[in-house]
Amino acid sequence: MTSMQRWGLALLVPYVLLFLVFVLYPVLYGFWLARSPAAYAKLFEDPVFFRTVVNTLVFVVVAVNVKFVIALYLSGFFVNTRPWIRWLSVLFILPWAVPSIPTIFSVRFMLNPEWGMVNSIIFRLTGADGPNWLTDPTLALSMSMLVHVWKSLPFWTLILIAGRLAIPKEQYEAASVDGATGWQQFRYVTWPSMRTLYLTSTILSMIWTLGDFNSVYLLTGGGPADLTHVLATLGIRYIRLDQLEQAMATIVVSMPLVLPLVWFMVRRLSRDGTQ
Amino acid sequence: MSWKKAGTEARLLLVGIPVALWSAFPIYHIFLFAISSKDSAFSGALWPAQPTLRNFGAVFKQEHFFLYHFWQQMWNSLWIAATVGFLTLLIATCAAFAISRLRVRGGRLVMNAALFTYFIPAAFLAVPMYKAMSVYGLLNSSWSLVLAMVTLASPYAIWVLKQASDKLPWELDEAARIDGATPMQLFRLVYLPLMLPSLVAIGTYALLLAWNEYLYAFLLLSKETNVTLAVALGHFLSADDSPWELLMATGLLYGLPPAAIYYVFRRYMVGGLTAGAVKA
Repeated sequence: MTSMQRWGLALLVPYVLLFLVFVLYPVLYGFWLARSPAAYAKLFEDPVFFRTVVNTLVFVVVAVNVKFVIALYLSGFFVNTRPWIRWLSVLFILPWAVPSIPTIFSVRFMLNPEWGMVNSIIFRLTGADGPNWLTDPTLALSMSMLVHVWKSLPFWTLILIAGRLAIPKEQYEAASVDGATGWQQFRYVTWPSMRTLYLTSTILSMIWTLGDFNSVYLLTGGGPADLTHVLATLGIRYIRLDQLEQAMATIVVSMPLVLPLVWFMVRRLSRDGTQ
Repeated sequence: MSWKKAGTEARLLLVGIPVALWSAFPIYHIFLFAISSKDSAFSGALWPAQPTLRNFGAVFKQEHFFLYHFWQQMWNSLWIAATVGFLTLLIATCAAFAISRLRVRGGRLVMNAALFTYFIPAAFLAVPMYKAMSVYGLLNSSWSLVLAMVTLASPYAIWVLKQASDKLPWELDEAARIDGATPMQLFRLVYLPLMLPSLVAIGTYALLLAWNEYLYAFLLLSKETNVTLAVALGHFLSADDSPWELLMATGLLYGLPPAAIYYVFRRYMVGGLTAGAVKA
């Protein structure tokens, strides 16, 4: 073995150890804990479970797609070069740069039906009482999705801006010489160049949104009556109730949703990396 | 200015103003609570009748039950974040160098394992990690959070550093090797100086990830004196009559450093991180 290979192996050891001790062993041990069919039977009997699966699917599909349509639109807005748009982009990044807890709590207070800012504005404008934002399960879950969009929109907009800026200017010039309208420029120049980036980003965002614990837990706590849980918060709820088998079973059940997406992403990035 | 141009500007403003309000309002709302007295915080006004800094004084002097350990918790957040930043940088730089420059056998397998960890949603890994930490006897020790966060931050760090490192010209390595440089000299004298911007970005990324983390911190730590500020903020929700104005003042103190760091290092962050996050 050459000295290069020896040094290479030595330098890999710290990460490999970290991976074995804090990822591989925990995951294998976790799966072993979740081996008994009884855990799954109990999980499926939990009245909260079915609702949680539906919530998770709605959350992932709706929130992510809404977020990406807005991000795609705003990426087109932010590539306009104006001094005030540069300043606005600094402000626009804030939700992503500031930690979740204070901001999500802030939204939580804003939505308080009695003294929250939102309902007091509604009252001032219309004279009517606003809705009970966080005590109606559908409304509460929608608000969680809104918080999620608020928090992660800047990041994905940045990604899509990078994608837009990579499109050669000449293509737009050629299109406008041919008299293409704004929509036609988007349809025939922008979208074909951005399609792959858009789809890859959407899939990655779906995976991460599946693990978005904060937007639900810090806003609704899973309530009212445990009706707004998603799989990420349900697993943690079982840990807090000291039902570790159930917690692991929840993770295992969500694997058919997670693994194909993860596999797709690893394949994609690993192929790009070797080019 | 022609009519057409004015129309374009108006259309841009029509998008820009809602975007500004949407982005800033929840953060302004924190600020508003933080400078309001207890009574006026709940009035629903957009600016308090008598703005006050007393809430910050109460936080600094630890004058409330929820704040008795404020400075201790601030310190916990700080040293844990700094340690995570340092360890992540150390581990990831070594791994990226081995995979990218030394082309170590098995490097690709390690990279894929790291990517796999990166893509698994953190909340799902939290359950087995929690159990493993209790098996290792690390539960309630700050090191459990440090190690967990290094585990979560390393994969992305390795990925970004490997990408940056792949772009360095091979001629440098060859020239150094012909001059008789050992791999360690190559690492120290060629690789580290050239990688500096990426290293700054990744160190900052890991540090912010740890500082901002709530879920792992609240699962792994529970003693009042060893929790981070994030967990302490979460405790405010345990009572119905919590002092929200103090919570928001504390939240502002907790939320500002990462935002400031982000703006200082923005130049490094956006380039390094967006390029690494998703490749078209």
